[in-house]
Amino acid sequence: MQAQPFRIQVEQAVLDDLLSRLQRARWTSVIEQGDAAKEIDWTLGTGAAYLQELVNYWRSGYRWREQEARLNELPHFKVRIEEAHLHFVHVKARSDRSLPLLLLHGWPDSFCRYRKVIPKFSAAFDMVVPSLPGFAFTGEVKLASQEQPNRQTAKLLWRLMTEVLGYEQFVVAGGDGGSVIGQILAIDHPESVIGIHLTDLGWHATTIDPATASREEQKYLAAAKKQYMEDSAYAMVQMTRPRSLAAGLNDSPIGLASWIIDRFHSWCDGDIERKFDRDDLLTNVMLYWITQTIGSSMFTYYADMRSPSLTPSNYVAVPVGLALFPKDGAGIPPRSLAERTLNVQRCMEMPRGGHFAALEEPDLYAEEVIAFVEALREWAGDAALDRPPARSLPNSLQSQSDSETRHVR
Amino acid sequence: MSVEPFVIDIPESILDDLHARLTVTRLDPNDSATDWDAGTSPAYLRELLDYWQSDFDWRAQEANINRFAQFRARVDGSTLHFIHERGKGPAPLPLILTHGYPDSFLRFQKLIPLLIDPAAHGGNERDAFDVVVPSLPGYAFSDRPRDVGQLFHIGKLWYKLLHEELGYKKFVAHGGDWGTTVTVNLARSHPSSVIAMHLTDVPFWLTFQKTSNHTPAEEKFLAATQQFQMEEGAYAMIQGTRPQTLADGLNDSPAGLAAWLIEKFQRMSDCDGDIESRFTKDELLANVTLYWVTQTIGSSFLPYYDIGHAGAGTWIAEKMKDLIGSTKVPAAFARFPKEMTHPPREWAERFYDVQRWTDMPRGGHFAAMEEPELLAEDIRVFFRDYRRAH
Repeated sequence: MQAQPFRIQVEQAVLDDLLSRLQRARWTSVIEQGDAAKEIDWTLGTGAAYLQELVNYWRSGYRWREQEARLNELPHFKVRIEEAHLHFVHVKARSDRSLPLLLLHGWPDSFCRYRKVIPKFSAAFDMVVPSLPGFAFTGEVKLASQEQPNRQTAKLLWRLMTEVLGYEQFVVAGGDGGSVIGQILAIDHPESVIGIHLTDLGWHATTIDPATASREEQKYLAAAKKQYMEDSAYAMVQMTRPRSLAAGLNDSPIGLASWIIDRFHSWCDGDIERKFDRDDLLTNVMLYWITQTIGSSMFTYYADMRSPSLTPSNYVAVPVGLALFPKDGAGIPPRSLAERTLNVQRCMEMPRGGHFAALEEPDLYAEEVIAFVEALREWAGDAALDRPPARSLPNSLQSQSDSETRHVR
Repeated sequence: MSVEPFVIDIPESILDDLHARLTVTRLDPNDSATDWDAGTSPAYLRELLDYWQSDFDWRAQEANINRFAQFRARVDGSTLHFIHERGKGPAPLPLILTHGYPDSFLRFQKLIPLLIDPAAHGGNERDAFDVVVPSLPGYAFSDRPRDVGQLFHIGKLWYKLLHEELGYKKFVAHGGDWGTTVTVNLARSHPSSVIAMHLTDVPFWLTFQKTSNHTPAEEKFLAATQQFQMEEGAYAMIQGTRPQTLADGLNDSPAGLAAWLIEKFQRMSDCDGDIESRFTKDELLANVTLYWVTQTIGSSFLPYYDIGHAGAGTWIAEKMKDLIGSTKVPAAFARFPKEMTHPPREWAERFYDVQRWTDMPRGGHFAAMEEPELLAEDIRVFFRDYRRAH
């Protein structure tokens, strides 16, 4: 298994076709346009005014070739592992004191989730940022076995890190689907995973037996349930009928943008226009469009619904660092909930930010990951990192690098 | 505008644009699955889209639909489209038929002839009906609502259409899917005008009400309803919470629109997995094309939003007391075996004065399309007893 350098090079015909679709976009409004329509912008779904302006920019201001060149400044690779043609960015650290860090994105983002933090990490880490199976340049992976797809993904990533790249041990950081896969990696390969850093507990955390929940946990579970009923229908569709939806999203760029942008709007801390650069949002949408992977990306929900990859009975024994952002999901979960499934060694309540923390609050996010890893390193000693830390770390780990604006949970 | 005749005549430019889009449809090249487990089968979708592009003749469908007498009328400031066909018999009984989602007034295309002219279809001319088939607000050629919350006012629109525009003082009503909700609403709000109603389902949102003392059959039904919502209900959740987000793509992609709509016809009909055992491609595509040319997929989602934001149990129970709960309007239920859920009679009796209960031998959610003869006969028999009240 030899990784080959890879460059993003979208055929001009794909871009021409996209432009012609954008030019003939057929807009609709659920209710007749008028005063009421203005008032309920974003309450019935993606805000029409925002989306149309974004699409105008997509058509006439956005330059894919510039974005492509910018992305190609990163060292991309592809490698065949089993049935997968895994795409990843591999950035070697500037320091010889580096640690390998595997950065895992989720849905509906992409390896670009980490674009802004890569420069911040380059002093400390060798970074590996893959496109998960089903996503972007990795694309759909036909499963040879009946193995649960997320477990299969974790196995592929483990083989990437150890067999292909030769890292015996590494740290994993992730959010959303990346949190789940990071946890599976830690559970299946504690000998390789030194620690994991997460921005959420994974969706299985809310499936604990409610009878065992503390008052604080019950409050959080109720909030999570409310949020699920009000704003998670996208997931229900993707879990049960992804193909009925994928046909339209793969054929209509405005449909695809609307479906994805609605999530960025819902899950960010504040005004989407201030929190995200239009180029970043569109480049993320473009990655789904040009690779035609919206269907395969949604299929990860379908697969996990049929056969959940994690349950509350799974426990991550390697040290876990949490950076919990207030506008992610139903808000910040109680630490006790996290401790049911995770060996929590650092749990920070962040002052602001949402689901796409690495894109939305790159400084806060990067500082937290670095602080967690530094604490791990300090505890273990540079030379000792060839063995995983035991279940319990000293208390000193808790209080390191806490800025005044964030709180230890 | 009083009642004006209406003929469907879709501009050629819209059909040309549709054809142009179909020729460049972009489906995931790596997905050619033939099963329907995860939604509309990509293999079947390709076959259907090929037919839509090459063989489907909208003008023929249009001519076919235009054989019905259609009208538009302005009621309470918005335009309603409807079919109005006079019965052929000594004393036709006025009957309003209300469709649902994801169908349209075309749901009743096969049923109408059987009801207006029973003698020509092996029945008795004394069973003839004057039939009115409106398009729900936001569907087909009726205006789309200017605000949310329209669902619970449709009964009043229907009443005004029948009473003020068409001059019917008393009438009977039939509906399925949203058509059930609207029919019930019409009967509750105008019990002295609605002589009796015939339904193919019990409104699903009644299960949101807090009820007690369930029989074992009701327990089983309520559990099955929950299961249904988990497995099949995602479309209703997304349509009820983020309708605009979903509509953006479906109104821009005929392939996406077809995939989204036909899944329900495969899932909820008595087709044993083979959609074409119940529906021809022409039938499926006439319905899909109707949504496409009228650009109404987004507004067709509004009833889901309205029911979801009515505050479910609380809102319905407290504010709609005059529209739900017990009523004097006699009701009949025709229960088709492949309906989405199967409420027992006692469940319906909690809410309605159930005078007739028919367990049908075959058919599903789209009974009027799947089993028009069975349905027509049940409608004739039930309303026979109420003709003298007319």
